[in-house]
Amino acid sequence: MVEISTRGALRRQEEVRTEKPDTPLVKISVKNLNFFYWKTQALFNVTMDIPERRVTALVGPSGCGKSTFLRTLNRMNDTIDGTSHTGSVVIDGVDIYDRNVDVVELRRRVGMVFQKSNPFPKTLFDNVAYGPRIHGVRDRAELTEIVEGSLKRAYLWEEAKDRLRDSALGLSGGQQQRLCIARALATNPEIILMDEPASALDPLSTAKIEDLIFELKKEYTVVIVTHNMQQAARVSDYTAFFFEGVLIEHDTTEKIFTDPREKKTEDYITGRFG
Amino acid sequence: MKPTAAAEKRRRREMTCFWVLRALTYVVVAFVGVVLLDIVVKGAPRINWAFLTEKPGPDHTTGGIFPAIVGTFYLVAGSIGIALPVGVFTAVYLSEYAKDTWFTRLVRICIVNLAGVPSIVFGLFGAAAFVVYMKFDRSLLAGWLTLAFMILPVVITTSEEALRAVPRGFREGSLAVGATKWQMIRTNVLPYALPGILTGSILSVARVAGETAPIMFTVAAFYTGLPRSIFSQVQALPYYLYTVAINVPNVNAARPTAYGAALVLIVMVFGMNLLAMILRAKLRKKYRW
Repeated sequence: MVEISTRGALRRQEEVRTEKPDTPLVKISVKNLNFFYWKTQALFNVTMDIPERRVTALVGPSGCGKSTFLRTLNRMNDTIDGTSHTGSVVIDGVDIYDRNVDVVELRRRVGMVFQKSNPFPKTLFDNVAYGPRIHGVRDRAELTEIVEGSLKRAYLWEEAKDRLRDSALGLSGGQQQRLCIARALATNPEIILMDEPASALDPLSTAKIEDLIFELKKEYTVVIVTHNMQQAARVSDYTAFFFEGVLIEHDTTEKIFTDPREKKTEDYITGRFG
Repeated sequence: MKPTAAAEKRRRREMTCFWVLRALTYVVVAFVGVVLLDIVVKGAPRINWAFLTEKPGPDHTTGGIFPAIVGTFYLVAGSIGIALPVGVFTAVYLSEYAKDTWFTRLVRICIVNLAGVPSIVFGLFGAAAFVVYMKFDRSLLAGWLTLAFMILPVVITTSEEALRAVPRGFREGSLAVGATKWQMIRTNVLPYALPGILTGSILSVARVAGETAPIMFTVAAFYTGLPRSIFSQVQALPYYLYTVAINVPNVNAARPTAYGAALVLIVMVFGMNLLAMILRAKLRKKYRW
């Protein structure tokens, strides 16, 4: 367990030394996004390109709209009464709010991990197999393969392989959250959204999640909301700072944390407010 | 340290309250106990195999109450069978699909109020709607529908509460992997609401088995055998009990039969509730969160 942690940390340092985040492809392109809860505006004219196979951190004080923004990316806000928006969210060239877009397929491609880990009161196996089953996979061998692969990618396989038939509620908090990540990976998404995935976890579990995020970006585009500035600095390649529903600044994490353009960003990341 | 006068006074008041509450509880328990004991003592001697398996004798002092037992069983099974699916799906619609508008709020208020409507009103409604207008005549079908209508409010309200108690995380987690709303409800909401939904039906079993008013005009008959179809009339324990207790030529001679029927009714309701409670406990264990 600790081994993974140090390995990740080493790799992280290497990466910092050897490669600057070059200009990757744009995976998600948000243009002039305004978002409303009834008549209350939560996001103001947000325009932002999210790069492929990188980790983008969304930071800002509580109520700044970062979670709302995250939830527009898989249309999770659709499930809340009274929400509306203007502007566009384009993923791989398609506006996901276009009426021809199948929300179900969108959410398969854009996985989500929640702040409060929400394993279902089923077995570990059934938790991970939930998504594939929903999408029609019935073949036992195929499901087994998906479950194993997803658990491995979520760094949970070693701990989980002997208790696949046990209830997921018996896992520790950190394991539960990794199980939820495995569940999100099982539908083979391209993008993973994480809403403060480690905020309720102890430091060791947090470190594991962070290592995992670091691994995930090799295959996935990751967008993570976090309250923890150190965490944003550790795991992300790009950081976007939101304040009162406005995207104040969006740049490489290095730039945001060492030489922010805006005074407000500097004040926030140095802990002067928020 | 000696307690101050004020503390002593407070302590005494506390004790008084405690004893008053305890005494009241005992009074309630005592009343229930007396009623049950009375029925058991007076009813038990009448109960034997023939009583449970035979038709009533000519003056209801001999023979049994088999048709009434069967009738009550049919009434419970049928009306729950109708009310449960209808009620659960109504609750699903109200809690999962319907938007919160003045109309849905009005619907909810109506449902809650319907639960308080006296059963005789449901009986009259059933007689008018099913027996006369829909020409079902007095029949099992008319009785089922009437009783189902009577218990629907309770089934809907308890089911809706059970559905609402399912954590938001289960729903969002399900939607987030690409489930449709109905897939989410079917796989990740309804199963966890089932124990709560069963509570509603447990309450309903006792009500259906015990009510006389709604079946009087719609299904129950005093002189009849076993039902042959859903258009037959049936005997039912509460109605039989009512008639034997006040409406037979020799009421006093038939009194043990009335007590016997009462005991059987109580045991039946208890038994069906027990069954539902065991099922609920099993489901709770399976779908605990």
